[in-house]
Amino acid sequence: MEKIQQIFDSGKVLITFVTAGDPDLDTTARIIHAIDEAGADIIEVGMPFSDPQADGPVIQAAGQRALKKGTDPGGILSMISGLKGSIKAPLFLMGYYNPVMCYGRDKFIDDAFEAGVSGLIIPDLPFDEDEEFYQKLKEKGMAGILMVAPNSREERLEEIGKNCSGFVYCVSLLGITGDNRGPAAGIEDYLGRVRKYVKIPLALGFGIDGPEKAAQAAAVADGVVVGSALVKIVEKFGNTDRLIPEISSFVTGLKKAVSE
Amino acid sequence: MTRKGYFGQFGGRYVPETLIPVLEDLEEAYLMYSRDRDFNTELKHLLSKYSGRPTPLYFSERLTEQFGGAKVYLKREDLNHTGAHKINNALGQALLASKMGKKRIIAETGAGQHGVASATAAAKFGLECHVFMGVEDMERQALNVEKMRILGAEVIPVTSGSQTLKDATNEAIRDWVTNADTTYYIIGSAVGPHPYPSMVRGFQRVIGDEVREQILEMEGRLPDHLLACVGGGSNAIGIFYPFIEEEQVKMTGVEAAGKGVETGEHAATLTAGSLGVLHGSRSYLLQDDYGQVIPAYSLSAGLDYPGVGPQHSYLMETGRIEYVSVTDEEAVEAFFLLSRLEGIIPALESSHALAHAAKLAPSLSADSLLVVNLSGRGDKDMYSINSFMERREG
Repeated sequence: MEKIQQIFDSGKVLITFVTAGDPDLDTTARIIHAIDEAGADIIEVGMPFSDPQADGPVIQAAGQRALKKGTDPGGILSMISGLKGSIKAPLFLMGYYNPVMCYGRDKFIDDAFEAGVSGLIIPDLPFDEDEEFYQKLKEKGMAGILMVAPNSREERLEEIGKNCSGFVYCVSLLGITGDNRGPAAGIEDYLGRVRKYVKIPLALGFGIDGPEKAAQAAAVADGVVVGSALVKIVEKFGNTDRLIPEISSFVTGLKKAVSE
Repeated sequence: MTRKGYFGQFGGRYVPETLIPVLEDLEEAYLMYSRDRDFNTELKHLLSKYSGRPTPLYFSERLTEQFGGAKVYLKREDLNHTGAHKINNALGQALLASKMGKKRIIAETGAGQHGVASATAAAKFGLECHVFMGVEDMERQALNVEKMRILGAEVIPVTSGSQTLKDATNEAIRDWVTNADTTYYIIGSAVGPHPYPSMVRGFQRVIGDEVREQILEMEGRLPDHLLACVGGGSNAIGIFYPFIEEEQVKMTGVEAAGKGVETGEHAATLTAGSLGVLHGSRSYLLQDDYGQVIPAYSLSAGLDYPGVGPQHSYLMETGRIEYVSVTDEEAVEAFFLLSRLEGIIPALESSHALAHAAKLAPSLSADSLLVVNLSGRGDKDMYSINSFMERREG
C-alpha cells in the first residue's frame, strides 16, 4: 500500500487495463511488459467473465475471446507470478465476484498475494456486501479498490472514505466502460464532492480513449485509467508483429499527456 | 431477513457503485408507494378492470379423474390480459415508474411474455419502452416480438454472450446504468439486486392471496399442496408466498430439466446448480468449474435462465419448499394432456408444473387439494411445440 501512495506522490498516475488471455496469456505477458516499459504506473489485468455488467462491447468481446481460449483464474495468476521482478508497475487484478467466489474467496486472495498482485478491483462487490473480503485484503497489505460514481450520495461517499484503500476509482460518467461520452460535464464538482470524504488518491476512468482526454482527466484527478482504448488495439492487431509497437506508442503518448 | 435485502445468505446488491443510488431511490419509492392507499387502489383497479383479475381458480374434473388422486385445481393466470401472470408485475412496476416521474421503461425478456406485458403497460401509461431480447429467443418467439412492436415498443436484439435471457438482462442493466435518470428498469422475475426480488414478489403475491380466498370459499379450507414452475421464480413466489407461514401447506417448485439434468442441457438451477452471484444477487446458478455462467437450456424460453430468485434458494435451503425438475418431453406430454382434456392450451412453462402434478397427484389421497399455478397460456409456444414434435418424429 505504501508503494501505491509513493507512486501517486511522485506525480499524475497513468493506469492502464488489459484483458488477460486476449489473444492468449503469453501475449498478455508481453503486453504487460510493453505497457510497463512505456511508462504506465499501475497495470490492471482484467479477468474475463461471461456476464460483465459494467463493461461495454469492447471489453465484453475481449473477455469472450479470452474465455474461448480457456483462460481461467489459475492460469492468470501463474502468468502474473511469472512476471515477478521484471515489472516496475504494481499489478492489480480486476474481475467480477462470481469467478472469485467460485475459486474460493480467501484462497483467491492468498494466491493473488503469492503471485505478487498488489490489489483487487471487483466492480460488482460494493464494500458493504462482503466486508470480510475487503478486511482480508487489508490484512494482506493489498488494496481493495472501491469505486464511486457521479451519482454517489454523500452518506455513501463518507462510508467509502472510511473503507477505501490504495486509491478510489472514480467512474467518469453514468455508463459502462468504453463509453466515449466520458468524462461527464461537471467533473470538477464531482471530484470535489468525493475529496470531501476520500483522503486517498482519486483515479478517473471510463471513456478516456486517448491522450487528449487523458490530459483533461489528469488536470482534475490524481490518476487516469485507460482500458477499452487499449483493448481495442489488442483486438485490432491480435498476435501480429505490430501489436507490441502499437501498444508501446499508444501508452507512451498517454504517459506524456498525463505527465504534462 | 437477517440483513437488509437478504433472505438468509441469499440476495443482496452485487452491482456497480453507479447503481447503488438508483436502487436506493427505487427502494424508497417502492416502500412509500406500496403503503400508499391511492397507489394500491389504482393498482387494484388496473388489475381488475384492465387485466381481468381475480383470475378463476378452476377445479379440473378431468385432470383429477386422469391422475386418480388429489383434487386438481388450476389457478388460471393464463386468463390475464396478455396471457400470463407477468402483467401483474408489469402493471405494478409501470405504475411505480410513472409515479417516480420516469419517461422510459426498459425490460428484458426470454419467452417474450414479460416483454409483451411491459410493452402493454408502457402503452397504457404513455411511456417509451425498449425491450432487450436475445436473438435466439426472438426467433423462437417471433409472435411476441410482433406484438411488442404493435404495442409501440422497440425490441432490441441482443447478440452478446449466449444471446438469450441472461444476456438480455446484462444489456438491460447496462442501459439502466447509463440512463437511470430517465429510465425505469422493469425486471420480469423475482431476481436481480435488492429491492427487486421483494418488490416483484409484492406485485405477484396477488396470485396466492386470491387462491387463499377462492379455495376457502370453494372447499372451506387451505390447499394441501401448491405447484408452480420456476425459472427466475416470479409466478412461484407469487402463489407460494402467502402460504409460507401455513406449515400444513406443502409446496413444490418445478424447474426445467430440458433434455435431462444428467445431459447438462437443462435449466434446473436449484436442482443442479451451485452458489454464486449473477445479475446483482447471491443465489444458486448454473456455472462451470471457473465460475463462468453456463447458458441454460429448456424448450420453454421462459424457464431458460441460469439463475433463480434468491428467496427460492433460501426456501430450498431451509427445506420449506421442495424443488424438482421435469424434462422437455414430460412437459410437452402435459401440454397436450391439458389441451385435450380441458380445452386449455397451457404455456410450456406452466406445463412443467402440470407434468409434476401428473406424478404427484396419484400419490395423494382423493380428499386432498392440489393447486397448480397455470401461469400462462400456450399460444406463443406453437412454433416450439411444432419443431419439437418434428424433431421427435423425424
